[in-house]
Formats: sequence, structure tokens, C-alpha cells
Amino acid sequence: MADALADLPIAAQEGASPLLAVRGLEAWYGESHVLHGVTLDVHEGEVVTLLGRNGAGKTTTLRSIMGLVPKRSGSVHYAGRELIGARSDAIARAGIAYCPEERGIFASLDVTENLMLPPVVRPGGLPLETIYELFPNLKERARSQGTKLSGGEQQMLAIARILRTGAKLLLLDEPSEGLAPVIVQQIGRTIRELKQRGFTVLLVEQNFRFAQTVADRHYVMEHGKVVDMVRNEDLNASMDRLHEYLGV
Amino acid sequence: MDEIFGIPAPLLFGQLLLGLINGAFYAMLSLGLAVIFGLLNIINFTHGAQFMMGAFVAWMLLNWLGLGYWWALLLAPLIVGLSGVIIERTMISRLYKLDHLYGLLLTFGIGLIIEGVFRNYFGSSGLPYRPPAELQGGWDLGFMFMPVYRFWVVVFSLVVCLATWLMIEKTRLGAYLRAATENAALVQAFGVNVPRLITLTYGFGVALAALAGVLAAPIYSVNPQMGTNLIIIVFAVVVIGGMGSILGSVLTGFGLGVVEGLTRVFWPEASATVIFVIMAIVLVTRPAGLFGRA
Ligand SMILES: Nc1ncnc2c1ncn2[C@@H]1O[C@H](COP(=O)(O)OP(=O)(O)O)[C@@H](O)[C@H]1O
Ligand SMILES: [Mg+2]
Repeated sequence: MADALADLPIAAQEGASPLLAVRGLEAWYGESHVLHGVTLDVHEGEVVTLLGRNGAGKTTTLRSIMGLVPKRSGSVHYAGRELIGARSDAIARAGIAYCPEERGIFASLDVTENLMLPPVVRPGGLPLETIYELFPNLKERARSQGTKLSGGEQQMLAIARILRTGAKLLLLDEPSEGLAPVIVQQIGRTIRELKQRGFTVLLVEQNFRFAQTVADRHYVMEHGKVVDMVRNEDLNASMDRLHEYLGV
Repeated sequence: MDEIFGIPAPLLFGQLLLGLINGAFYAMLSLGLAVIFGLLNIINFTHGAQFMMGAFVAWMLLNWLGLGYWWALLLAPLIVGLSGVIIERTMISRLYKLDHLYGLLLTFGIGLIIEGVFRNYFGSSGLPYRPPAELQGGWDLGFMFMPVYRFWVVVFSLVVCLATWLMIEKTRLGAYLRAATENAALVQAFGVNVPRLITLTYGFGVALAALAGVLAAPIYSVNPQMGTNLIIIVFAVVVIGGMGSILGSVLTGFGLGVVEGLTRVFWPEASATVIFVIMAIVLVTRPAGLFGRA
């Protein structure tokens, strides 16, 4: 496994410097040491997934990038800036947006208020009309309480609201989790559409069949580390290895 | 219409009005407590002292600077609110990671210190503060005499409560506030400066208390204990209405003021305890309060 990692073209992929470069990221919840040196790159315009079993540290990786885990070390370099010590609002303002695993829809806000909540951090976000074209349900249910939406609609809302802000890098934590297959397909279409519109996506997934339909590359996490990287075109050839990692 | 239920109409309406006046103070004070509690998760035990400071700042503005009531209505909330901002930044903000009990103890201690300082400088006998000329006098309504100033207090506090509610429910800033009350970390991860939002919210709640203090100055005498007496009842109001419920604290404030006034008519001996009896009943039957979410 260590050999596989050593072969990875992590630092100097295609010469261009990555939009997001995570190096030796460690994180703790209280006394428990959860991330043990996560290293990964995401290039501009890429969709990259983080695969791994439950408890591997995928969510913690996204939360650490976003500044939501207070005790962390290592390096998170984004668009020329070091963010490891920054506060989460400064990280958001640098242009990273986060869609949490639990979706984080606010019960005391209606759908429109939820959608409009994240402040615009820089120019270039999607206009509201485009967002409503992508997610027509949100317009129909504009006045509903946020948490009265179905699970799928809440997931759409959680993604939709971070598209307005001008953030370039989207961190999406298991958007397909617990949703019906049709909805999962719709989310897949949305992610491909976002890629076409120039967004960069770091996507946490457990479902690699879904991941395969949207991503350019896949990192595999185990026990708080990245242990492998697979290009999407090599995914089928690497099936045995992945089955072993993911225990499916 | 001389008597209603055997009670002389002027007495009944007089007590109803008094109930509404007290209710206006309960509403404004519990509203500030509810806003602060919602976001900071701290019961602000300095609130009574800050109400008293509002009245004193009005008195100082008049007697030291010659600035009258209308100036006080504007400046006292700003000045006392700013002192709240300083207290939050320098002291309360250090306690957010600890148990909420520490915040309660801290704000209780600060309240005692502020009261002590004012008692030291101004004594406890009370200072007079007259309403402005425009609000003196009264109207004879036939069934009762309505002092202009008391009418003004009820109307003004209703407007303040309504404006606060609108700001929280209908504006972008209010949406930040409601969202941060639910999940502050996520709101901050969207790029909102939540620590600043918390500071401003505390300052706003304190400013509301000070505004109530200015309104109270011409009614009660301005003295260092004026907040202590009132705030105990206000805490009961907050418990009855439900911690953190905005609309609940306003409705409960006015409602309990009226209930208290009516009790004074029909069973005067019980009027001082009726709110606490209601609080006990509500705590037993609906611990989250009448408007609180369990
Ligand atoms: N808030 C928390 N407090 C303590 N431990 C946590 C917390 N959140 C996650 N963990 C632990 O951290 C490890 C990684 O969790 P997580 O990042 O959620 O994994 P994944 O998203 O890959 O399922 C797990 O062992 C989990 O039990
Ligand atoms: Mg997870």
C-alpha cells in the first residue's frame, strides 16, 4: 500500500499547481487523534472523490479543510493561500464552500431563506435563475419550512445554496446518502453540470458506482490517511483493490 | 358602565392599564433576554442592572449634559449597549466553551458589581426624572383617566417589540441570527463572522434593556435597585413563555402584566405571587414553556 502511494503523481500532476493542496493534515476530536497525515490534491475544474469505509476520516477531512475541527495541523493550501490556521468564515471567504453530510438545512428558515443564507464571498456565483433551472422544486416550495422538504429536496437545497456564493471549490459530503436511485441520478447529473460550469468538487462518497459516474479521480482513505489514488479510467481495472478497501 | 362584576370601572381599567404598563416592561426585558439566550445560550443575569443603567444614563444626560428625554431614548441604549459589547468581548466570550452555568455566574456577578457601584455613587433613595413636556398630563376618557406618558410607554414598547420581531423574522440579519441560533458553526463556515454577530446580539439585547430603563425613569424613581425588583419577575416571564422564543416572550410579557393587574383588582393579596404560581404550573405541565420548543 505504501508503494502504491509512493507512485502517486501527487505533487506535480500535469505541471500546474493544484487549486487545493492538502499536506500531512492531522486532526483531533478532543484527545482522539482522527486524521494521521492526509495528503491530496485537487486541480482546478476536477471532480475528485474521497472513498473509504465508515469512520475512515472522510468527513473529518472535509471539516478540517473547512476549519470546523478546532485542533488540526499540517497544511491546507488553497489558491495560493495557507488556510490551516484560518477561521472557518475566512476559509469560506477564500472561496471554499461546504455541504455537510447532515445537510444542515435550518428549520427556522424557509426554503428561500435557506437558499439565500450563505453570503456572496466573491463574484462569479450562479445567478438565482440558473439555480432554479437546476433545481425547479426549490422554486415551487419557496415558502416551505426548510426541514419540511423531502430528503432529496433538502439535499438539493444544501447544494443549491452554496452555488450562489462565488465559491469555486465545493466540498460535498455524501450527497447521495440515503436517497432513492432516481434522486441519486439527478444529483449525479447536477455534479456533472457543475463541473461543466467550471466548479471544482471534492466529493465524499461510499458508493463508488455513483462516484464513477461523476469523478475524474478517486482517493481512498483508511484509518485517517489517504492510502491510494485511482484515475476514473482505471477504476474498472482496479476493482479488486477497491473492493478490498471498501469491504463491499 | 359604573361597575363591572361589582368593581368600579375606573379601578378596573386603572389596574388594567397598570398591568399593560408592567407588561410592556416585562415584554421588552424578556425579549432582550430571549434574543441573547437564543444565540449565546447564556441567561443574562446582568439584564436588571443594564435596565437600571438605562434609567441612570437618562438621568445623567439630563442633569450633567442638559440632554432631555428624547436624546436619552436614543443615546442611553447606544451607551449601555456599547458597555454590553465591551462586557461580551472582554469577559463573556471567554466562557462559551465552558458549561452555561459559568456564563450565568459571570453575568450575575457583573450585575451585582454594577449595582454596587451605582449605590455607592448615588445612594439608594432614588432620583426624580420627569417626563418631557410633550408627554405630561392626561386624557379623561370618561370611564378612567389616561396619563399621556403611560399611554406612550405601552404604544412605544409595542412598536419596539414589533420592530424587533420583524427584524428577526424578515431581514437577512435576522436570518443569520435564527440560523446561528440553530447551528452557529455552519453559519460561520458559510463566511458569516459569527463571533461579531454574537457580540452585536448581546449589545442589542442590552440596548433593549436600557431602552426599557429610559421608559421607566419617569414612572419609577431612578434608583440602583430598580432592576433587581423587576428582573426577578421577568425571569419568571421568560420561563413561562419559553426560553428563546421571541414572539412568546412578547405575548407572555404583556399577558402576564394584565393577569397581574386583574389579580390586583379581584384578589389583591395574591397579586405579588400570581406570576410565580403560573410559573410553577407551567413548569410542571409544560417545562419548555408556553411557546418554547421542547
Ligand atoms: N465529533 C466527534 N467526536 C469524536 N470522534 C469523532 C467525531 N466525529 C467523528 N469522530 C470519529 O472520527 C473518526 C472519523 O470519522 P469521520 O470523519 O466521520 O469518518 P467518515 O466520514 O469517513 O465516516 C471515526 O472514528 C469517528 O468515530
Ligand atoms: Mg462521513
